[in-house]
Amino acid sequence: MLRLEARAEPSYLMRWCSPLLAAALTLLAGLAIFWLLDKDPLEGLRYFLVHPVKDLYGVSELLLKATPLMLCAIGLAVGFRANVWNIGAEGQFMLGTVGASGVALYFAESDSALILPAMLAAGAAAGALWAAIPALLRTRFNANEILVSLMLVYVAQLFVSWLVFGPWRDPMGFGFPQTAMFHDAALLPVVLEGTRLHLGFPFGLAVLAAGYVFMNRSYPGFRMRVAGEAADAARYAGFSTRRTVWIGLLAGGAAAGVAGMMEVAGPMGQLTDKVGLGYGFAAIIVAFVGRLHAFGILLASLLMALLFIGGEQAQQYMNLPGSISLVFQGLLLFFLLGSDVFIHHRLRVGRAAA
Amino acid sequence: MTDRRQFLLSASAAALAAALPGSLLAQEATRIGFVYVSPIGDAGWTFQHDLARKELEAALGSKVQTKYVENVAEGADAERVIREFAASGHRIVFATSFGYMNYVERVARQFPQVTFLHATGYKSGKNFGHYNARFYEGRYLTGVIAGRMSKSKVLGYVAAFPIPEVLQGINAFTLGAKSVNPDVEVRVIWVNAWYDPGKEREAAMTLISQGADIVTQHTDSTAVVQAAEERGVHAFGYHSDMSKYGPKAHLTATTHHWGDFYTKTVNEVLAGTWKPAGVWGGFKDDMVRLAPLNPAIPAPVRDEVAALQDKLRTGGFHPFTGPIVDQAGKERLSAGAVMDDVALGKMDFFVQGVASRLPNAR
Amino acid sequence: MDGALFTSMLFATVVAGTPLVIVALGLLVSERAGVLNLGAEGMMAMGAVAAFAATHASGSPWLGVLAGMGAGLAVALVFAFLALTLQANQVAAGLAVAIFGVGLSAFVGKPFESVALPAVPPIRIPFIADIPLIGEALYNQQALVYFSWALFWAVLWFLARSRAGLVLRAVGEAPAAAHAIGHPVIRIRYLAVLFGGAMAGIGGAFLSVFYTPMWAEGLVAGRGWIALALVVFATWRPLRVLVGAYLFGGVMITQLFIQGSGLQLDFPAQFLSSLPYWATIVVLVIISRNPNTIRLNSPASLGKPYRPDA
Repeated sequence: MLRLEARAEPSYLMRWCSPLLAAALTLLAGLAIFWLLDKDPLEGLRYFLVHPVKDLYGVSELLLKATPLMLCAIGLAVGFRANVWNIGAEGQFMLGTVGASGVALYFAESDSALILPAMLAAGAAAGALWAAIPALLRTRFNANEILVSLMLVYVAQLFVSWLVFGPWRDPMGFGFPQTAMFHDAALLPVVLEGTRLHLGFPFGLAVLAAGYVFMNRSYPGFRMRVAGEAADAARYAGFSTRRTVWIGLLAGGAAAGVAGMMEVAGPMGQLTDKVGLGYGFAAIIVAFVGRLHAFGILLASLLMALLFIGGEQAQQYMNLPGSISLVFQGLLLFFLLGSDVFIHHRLRVGRAAA
Repeated sequence: MTDRRQFLLSASAAALAAALPGSLLAQEATRIGFVYVSPIGDAGWTFQHDLARKELEAALGSKVQTKYVENVAEGADAERVIREFAASGHRIVFATSFGYMNYVERVARQFPQVTFLHATGYKSGKNFGHYNARFYEGRYLTGVIAGRMSKSKVLGYVAAFPIPEVLQGINAFTLGAKSVNPDVEVRVIWVNAWYDPGKEREAAMTLISQGADIVTQHTDSTAVVQAAEERGVHAFGYHSDMSKYGPKAHLTATTHHWGDFYTKTVNEVLAGTWKPAGVWGGFKDDMVRLAPLNPAIPAPVRDEVAALQDKLRTGGFHPFTGPIVDQAGKERLSAGAVMDDVALGKMDFFVQGVASRLPNAR
Repeated sequence: MDGALFTSMLFATVVAGTPLVIVALGLLVSERAGVLNLGAEGMMAMGAVAAFAATHASGSPWLGVLAGMGAGLAVALVFAFLALTLQANQVAAGLAVAIFGVGLSAFVGKPFESVALPAVPPIRIPFIADIPLIGEALYNQQALVYFSWALFWAVLWFLARSRAGLVLRAVGEAPAAAHAIGHPVIRIRYLAVLFGGAMAGIGGAFLSVFYTPMWAEGLVAGRGWIALALVVFATWRPLRVLVGAYLFGGVMITQLFIQGSGLQLDFPAQFLSSLPYWATIVVLVIISRNPNTIRLNSPASLGKPYRPDA
């Protein structure tokens, strides 16, 4: 008989193997799904995993899609490590698009080189501001940040909708819900000629590195980790819970806001009511699959981007419903959470010792 | 090394393709891609485009091979889908929702040998055209039927967002109804969503309880027709013939027909005669039709509608013919004048006879 | 406002609130046991598609409701296994359920998008349906509306009066203490989560079989998330769930009625639509600011995994 036995020490090997196990199980489940649908499983996998990166352009698209995911996820990881559950990155992302668009539209006449940094700052500030609401309510009134940040996603969505249908609507746009296209000075430069891959990707890598240094190499990061792993110990050591909550939420909000800025200043080039594509929610999966660690998040964001683009191509070439992407994303997280049990437990054959 | 060879190969293939006469190329099926904004479903905007895709396949047989992607969000991802079609050897790409416009424009610049057509937008380029249909013509006719058949003189209209295309429909419907029944009023409820069956249904129910005995919608589900069937009042479908969702309620529907346009466009591209243009077709071009009329519509009304329809087909009638007065009483078009397409495309007011006010009026 | 209008507004409010009542009451029970399941949207979507398919195949809406319940249960079981047996993070497991359920329902539901179902006639309760003004609105309703009221009384009684309800609350408040006096914490939490899943499935069935008889991707349209918010808004009290659900429904219906009557409000519709979310945040702040009220109102161990062996 198989049974689970608690490990004396969490297994660091499993901590890193568990995502691989989850990915492998998702792959197997994928094969089974293709087989059930009477599609050639190998062809299915080819369109899902290989075809999207068949050429340089495909790779650039993968990196482009992964950029907002890694940005949102690294910010969330800072909070998650400290048990601060910000699940409203989607709303903070949208506020980031608003902040950045505001700057781009207000300075539409200017071609100053300062426009992009200003947009970046405005996006980060707007995202952080939106995250400051749950932080304030949590530290001041003890209100649960999960629920407050989630509610604010809907408010953010309505806010964007009001802006693009109302005051920010492009006067030359025939009444459609969109702002004017940004001028060139407000668009991120492309780093790979002939693709859409913009400066946001290297910037995202830099943010990942900064996140690594903060979480793993700095004293405040250490305090946040202690607060997350052993709240009592943190309290005895005199670490402020209040500060932990603020840092956790503001980091998540600012990073999501930056991701939002890069979406409107990058591939979109304007603000529309369709700007929220679920990066903020998908980033929660990325953060978990990436073990709340900068390098893991890099890999996980690439994997999630691949699943997404793969689903698109499976649809384009095999006529599979597009919703298959969501099924795979859900399965991946299921399997990961399942595999994680082996971090703290091991499988034993035989009966429990009395 | 390999990259360069492949590049040379594809470059020479392109040169070869350009040099070859059309007849030789036609031996291999021309690949055509469709990008849809929502799931195809069983009725609605995307369903009609997919119907047309099938008509195109039926008309041109083995000459064409079509592919589609549904549920493509109107964000940055759309560009990748559109580009993937272009890069994988599709010669024509139809992008069927407004929000794709700027992405189509960008991909079109990168793939000059591919022809792009974008529905409901306003931009075009050398290899990039846009197309739309004059749905308001059908709306006017349904308005006439509603004006003749309403007993309560209250008509209900469930609408998604106040953009010009939706306003054209509401105003044409109102003008049609008032042309035969000056006392009639149209009430509009905005649900602020293209697709939310629950909310669409509640909006229809609300209009019905406020006295509307005929309802219609400019949203994407069949919920309004279903609600009318349940409450025993009449309804007009939109996009598709929705009679199976309300056999008694469904009087007729303004339906969209892109099939002939798609076939014609593809033939022109194949023959090399296609020119980038903005196509805005109506009854005359058979892009808009009325679904079969419900027997509940009295014979004189049918005749009246048939006569108007003939006039629309021959171009002898335009629903937006002055005088057109907006809600504030301001004359928007003087008597006898016909509204030009630019003014239609920028419509931002309700005509007199609409009882509701426009949200976010500026 | 004339009587008939009032009646139809009340009718519509009750109908719009019903799926929220059913789903939120189910979530309330599982949250009272200390488990936060964010997957309501996914469970509802699965319930909706299963109910639609079963109704279409069998012709019986009741089998449909059963199938919807079963689908909700099945998804909740996956969540429970992850969150309770494997002690995975509840937020992550719940999100996985939401994403997976929405995706899978769209995936398996493709063939049903072209199918129409006949409307299920309401059930008129003799005599009391004749009460002026409210009779037609309240007692000539779909069977599931009556079910939602029965569910309300059942949950109210269960939590406040029954021994099992007391144990469930103890498990949510202080799982370690409940375990110490011999209550099977994990098993009780399993049952609570499964109940929540079953109710979410029925709520989904209401949408696809009774409310707008159709299935299409996106049919649930965020109602699962609203139900989650509602439980907080209600501070985990059944009566407030009921009131809150009708308030949510009422705000939407009133907005539609105001529009339909031509009295356009002079501020943007988006602000009105965001009111319920602000209201939830405000309520949350009010109940949370005082340590005593939060202790009285919210399950102390909500969202925290319980390890019996630790």
